[in-house]
Amino acid sequence: MENIGLLSALPINELVFFINKVVIAGLIIGSIYALGAVGMTLAWGILRFANFAHGDLMTLGAFIAFMLTMAMPGLGAYVGLPTAFVVLPIAMAVTAFVTIFIDRTFYVPVRKTNPKPITLVIASFGVMLMLQGLIRLFFGTAPRQMYVGPKEIYRIPLAGRDIVITEPQVLLIVFTAVAIVALHLFLTRSRTGKAMRAMSDNADLARISGIGTAHVVRVTWIIAGSLAAAGGTLLAMDVSLKPDLSFNLLLPIVAAIIVGGIGQPYGAIVGGLIVGFTETLAVFNWAILLRPLKPHMPDWLELPASLTFVPTEYKIVVPFVILVAVLIWRPNGIFRGRVL
Amino acid sequence: MKATMELRTASLFVFLAGVVALIFIWQGNAYALRMLAEAGCLAIVALGLNVQWGYAGLFNAGIMGFIAIAAFGSMLVSYPVNPVFWQSEAPGLLLRMGVVVLIGGAVTVLLSRIHRYGVPRRIRTLLTVIAALATYMMAQNALTPAAGIIEQNSGFIGGFGLPVGLGWLVGGVFAAVLAWFIGRITLGLRSDYLAIATLGIAEIVKAFLKNADWLTRGTLTVSPLPWPVPTASEVGFVAARSAYLSITAVLIVIIYLLLQRGWASPWGRMMRAIRDNELAAEAVGKNVNRRLLEMFVIGNFIVGVGGAALITFGGIFDPSGFLPINHTFLVLIMVVLGGSGNNLGSIFGALLVYVIWTMSEPAALILFSHGAGWLRDVFGIAPPDDLATRALQMRVFVIGLTIILVLRFAPKGLLPEKIVKYE
Repeated sequence: MENIGLLSALPINELVFFINKVVIAGLIIGSIYALGAVGMTLAWGILRFANFAHGDLMTLGAFIAFMLTMAMPGLGAYVGLPTAFVVLPIAMAVTAFVTIFIDRTFYVPVRKTNPKPITLVIASFGVMLMLQGLIRLFFGTAPRQMYVGPKEIYRIPLAGRDIVITEPQVLLIVFTAVAIVALHLFLTRSRTGKAMRAMSDNADLARISGIGTAHVVRVTWIIAGSLAAAGGTLLAMDVSLKPDLSFNLLLPIVAAIIVGGIGQPYGAIVGGLIVGFTETLAVFNWAILLRPLKPHMPDWLELPASLTFVPTEYKIVVPFVILVAVLIWRPNGIFRGRVL
Repeated sequence: MKATMELRTASLFVFLAGVVALIFIWQGNAYALRMLAEAGCLAIVALGLNVQWGYAGLFNAGIMGFIAIAAFGSMLVSYPVNPVFWQSEAPGLLLRMGVVVLIGGAVTVLLSRIHRYGVPRRIRTLLTVIAALATYMMAQNALTPAAGIIEQNSGFIGGFGLPVGLGWLVGGVFAAVLAWFIGRITLGLRSDYLAIATLGIAEIVKAFLKNADWLTRGTLTVSPLPWPVPTASEVGFVAARSAYLSITAVLIVIIYLLLQRGWASPWGRMMRAIRDNELAAEAVGKNVNRRLLEMFVIGNFIVGVGGAALITFGGIFDPSGFLPINHTFLVLIMVVLGGSGNNLGSIFGALLVYVIWTMSEPAALILFSHGAGWLRDVFGIAPPDDLATRALQMRVFVIGLTIILVLRFAPKGLLPEKIVKYE
């Protein structure tokens, strides 16, 4: 009986609203950032340069999945999942292949001249522009819908209110969890995974102890490319497929990487979630949560109608502030330990 | 060696003059003059970037943001006064916000230093963060009504009606101040951090200018921006643009001469030493980070002046019109292709790239409409409706490809840096 009393005293409406708007939304966008950041941080740690084309690689992966979906829209019905999710493994494989191709054609020749790291960054800007140009040339600039049919919406009742979550969001969370576990097993159990970690720690030492550099680099790009494709596709499934996300994705991803420390896949996952949750908390209207407290408040304290930290238009400021704060106080990431 | 270099420079410039002359004949005086004036402004921006990339090895990926903030500064100074705004109660409200920011900022700074008086660092950090957040929230709350009144009554706050030349200077100062903050944070860390920080600040500046309607009219845009010379409606296109072009030319010459003197001086030698071997420079007692910050700020001042001149020439301040491709990567190509570390190369690169860029617009459209017609005739594929906008996206691809090709095959550019040898 006491339980019911407690429940009725709790502001359930506001709580459910908070879960819907912050917990789920933050988890979703955080998972996307994590998927992007893991691949980019691995490549950054092993190849010692920031591949700025990573944001567009995500868009590219999503467009490959989009093309596959349009080619066989009925495929999903057989399995009972959205088509875009069913074709995801193919899209991941194709994107991984494209990533290796990009490395072979554009990065390897520059890398051979033993340049300053910044030269490779400029090359990655070139690749970024090429990807952007190609994507917009073939698909135009308008956003597209990834879903063939209507999205399935799940409602979980909680004391008279519903927690709302859609099918792509569930798929995204499940996929991210599975991908992280798989990556963890790969990095800690397999030979190649250990070689990757060794090379990220100290490239020269890894090379003289007989680790095949070319193989490790290839595997790194495969992981980076396929996770980027997955992140891009799942994001496009959740909202819509936009060809011009580039910097809007890249900035939070880099912020996530720097929060976690460059070359640290686990740090990147945590960083991605931190950046995602901070973004949603910053644009959340806190006045709604404070409203139930109103009867208990003194009269002189007026509650404003809108109490957000950052207006939605300035959302891109949030990852930047995180980035700057981390660079000032902990340039090596928030976790202790050696980083690049 | 020196002779071949000079011959190369001379022949490249003669070739460029020939191309420009052809465009004068083909497209008419007014069009070609517009192109040249814009190229001139971009040449100033390129000189600024050359200070950063060519002489200091700092990669600025956010030129767009610095151009935008400089254009805003110039607009604020030189745009005619808006009497409705000054007569309303809004200036008082803005002043109140300024006081709030000032007091809050002072309190925050003071709190951030109390650890010197025995307060534990954790508590200091906590208090500082709380003070900063409170200041921010109070400033935001003070701004909202003021912004509402301004937008309702007078549109935006207008300018100060001061001379345009002063506006460009202020624009340059705005860009330089922003650069100082970015540089303070990221210089001395990994070189890629500067790239991501500048990239981020550029997007933030754009978002700010686009959404702060009370300050910039946002997407409604501000026009016409006052010119330092008589405008086209007063004296006609050709005369007005010629006058503007001569102003930019004079600016280019002044900046070029100053930079050349700088490079020839011991200061320039020190800068090259830092760029070529940071460790060695540090070992002989140079304060590397401080010097790099100096270069970054000076470079951005020049970028700001050029950017303000560029936007003033366009006559319209449109925050959505700032595009990374037009205002960041085009300039990057100019410097890298022209020859980083060579001021003459940057000017040449700016003119050449901008001529190609301008001409590529009609060229891409012609190419694509022909290609689409051919596809329709042979395969029966109907071209998409937005073919024109898509065709222009092809230029983004070409810019990217050019960056890669130059890095791979001509990393020193068309006019390489002259290596000065001291015997």
